[in-house]
Amino acid sequence: MNDPLNVVGRSVERSDGIGHVTGRTVFASDHVVPGMLHLKMVRSPLHHARIRGIDTSDAERVPGFVRALTAADVPHNRYTILGLIGVEPEEEFVLAEERVRFKGEAMVAIVAETEEAAYEAVAKVHLDLEELPAVFDVEEALKPGAPVVTHWGNNTFMYEGHPCRRVRLGDVEAAFARADHIVEGVYDTSPIEHAPTETTGCIAVPEANGRYTVYTNTQALYFSLDNTSIILQVPGNQLHFVGGTVGGGFGGKVDVIVEPIATLAAMKTNRPVRYVYSRAEEMQVSSTRSAWRIYLKDGVTADGHIIARKVTSYADSGAYSRQTPYALTKHAANAAGPYAIPNVSIDAYCVYTNRQPTSAMRGFGVTMASFALEVQMDKIAELVGLDPWTIRFLNAYHDGDMKPHRKLAEDATLIETMQAAAALVGHDLAPDLKAMTSAPRGRRGEESGRP
Amino acid sequence: MASTIVTFELGDDREVEVMVRPMTTLQTVLRNQLGLTATKEGCRQGGCGSCAVLVDGEPMLSCLLPVEDVAGRRVTTLESLTPTEGLHPIQQAFIDGYAFQCGYCTPGMVIVAAALLDHDSAPSVDDIRWALAGNICRCTGYGPIVEAIGAAAETIGAGQVEEPR
Repeated sequence: MNDPLNVVGRSVERSDGIGHVTGRTVFASDHVVPGMLHLKMVRSPLHHARIRGIDTSDAERVPGFVRALTAADVPHNRYTILGLIGVEPEEEFVLAEERVRFKGEAMVAIVAETEEAAYEAVAKVHLDLEELPAVFDVEEALKPGAPVVTHWGNNTFMYEGHPCRRVRLGDVEAAFARADHIVEGVYDTSPIEHAPTETTGCIAVPEANGRYTVYTNTQALYFSLDNTSIILQVPGNQLHFVGGTVGGGFGGKVDVIVEPIATLAAMKTNRPVRYVYSRAEEMQVSSTRSAWRIYLKDGVTADGHIIARKVTSYADSGAYSRQTPYALTKHAANAAGPYAIPNVSIDAYCVYTNRQPTSAMRGFGVTMASFALEVQMDKIAELVGLDPWTIRFLNAYHDGDMKPHRKLAEDATLIETMQAAAALVGHDLAPDLKAMTSAPRGRRGEESGRP
Repeated sequence: MASTIVTFELGDDREVEVMVRPMTTLQTVLRNQLGLTATKEGCRQGGCGSCAVLVDGEPMLSCLLPVEDVAGRRVTTLESLTPTEGLHPIQQAFIDGYAFQCGYCTPGMVIVAAALLDHDSAPSVDDIRWALAGNICRCTGYGPIVEAIGAAAETIGAGQVEEPR
């Protein structure tokens, strides 16, 4: 009973609790470093424009101005966050070059002695921009003649040479032909900003040993370190990233946006540099959850079995893809839902538009699929005259069922989860639903050793 | 414009003197000049409550407060609210009730709760919610926070712990 490692069934005090309630927890922006400079960003005022010129001469005359950084100062300016796991092509610019693709895109970093001086100098950078047509809707972006956002000529992320992530099982068209009902729906979701209470930021400090200590609130410390190493073309062992304390993240702090440019500024000035987003930047510039549009077409039998499901999904990646290509892959693996459907076709597009870039947020790719699918399930239930519980038990997958992406379902628990949920909300399930298990079809639960 | 010298009382027993440019906020002075970083900066526009401090016992948003306005007044930050030994009953209740996730809103929550319990030793749930109306928690932990403040009120009310001030 006194085993300190046996914590099941006991409350254990959080190790960071005293720090949090006394305010002694040190968050990234709590580091106050002597001689610290402040970095503020000149951002694109337009959604899409060609850059004809940038004039920093007035900004340089602001008292306290120290340095301006543009694309030419960044050793490896074009990168992609997921390049670390082999995703191509490099497509995002640390500082804009030639074009800006969304309103708020980083163009010129201003480093100054005080925040006030940095803001004043930012306001005095003159931009010569030629506005270009912009596109804000995923399907508009795929039409011929749409403004091209990317540098490779079309507005989709390419999956092994295809404009979408594709999943195929069986023959949906043949199944639609023999279905009793066809149920169609289109589902739109909005972008969502994580809005962490602590805004994204870091402080980069040059050390006497030639290394740079970077205090950051990233959710992905080594992702940030490795990408900074690539962007600045310095060995990783020159970078010492200190993090782990995140004042709210929810996926919003996995992109590598502030550390490379703050570290570059520290290198160029040999001074500590603080780059912390304002609340406005957090809301208007940092990645959001993508907006999605999902088309569903289901073939259903008169007794409520879904025999075919066709999914066409478009995620609005915004101007750069960040972690969104991965979201589409995850989406494609889950877009038929936790249901046993023998004929499935999924096309999932990661589409570029001139909106704020999008990236990770809690269950991204899957959450939106669940929204669309579960509304669709209710529609089907109503159409065939079943209650919402029964339609889900009827179609739930069991161990051993083939999923659309050709993996066998293992440890399926949808049926047991729904039984537990029904009990919690006081819903009395019909005896046949209560008796169901996720055991492989054609066998009783007790034979497979499952409850 | 020239800087001015402002003096104010910090906690119960410390007078501080700072030199500031006009319109410098109390938040900036606390964090950047005095190194008191328990006072957080979530929005710097009066929207989140993470920078709350007490001025003469009343909760105020230090991000909107020019430090000249607290000249001669008593400012209580979370550092000065925390006893030398142990914890304030509100702090202990937050730990016991798991009333935080990331911890960034916690200092502001504790400060506002302290002001509430100072005025009202037995607040209703609605009173607690009203007191927290200006404080945002994005990890969505409001339930445990409200419960923890209620628990702290009971602890103080039962006289189990003398409220340190």
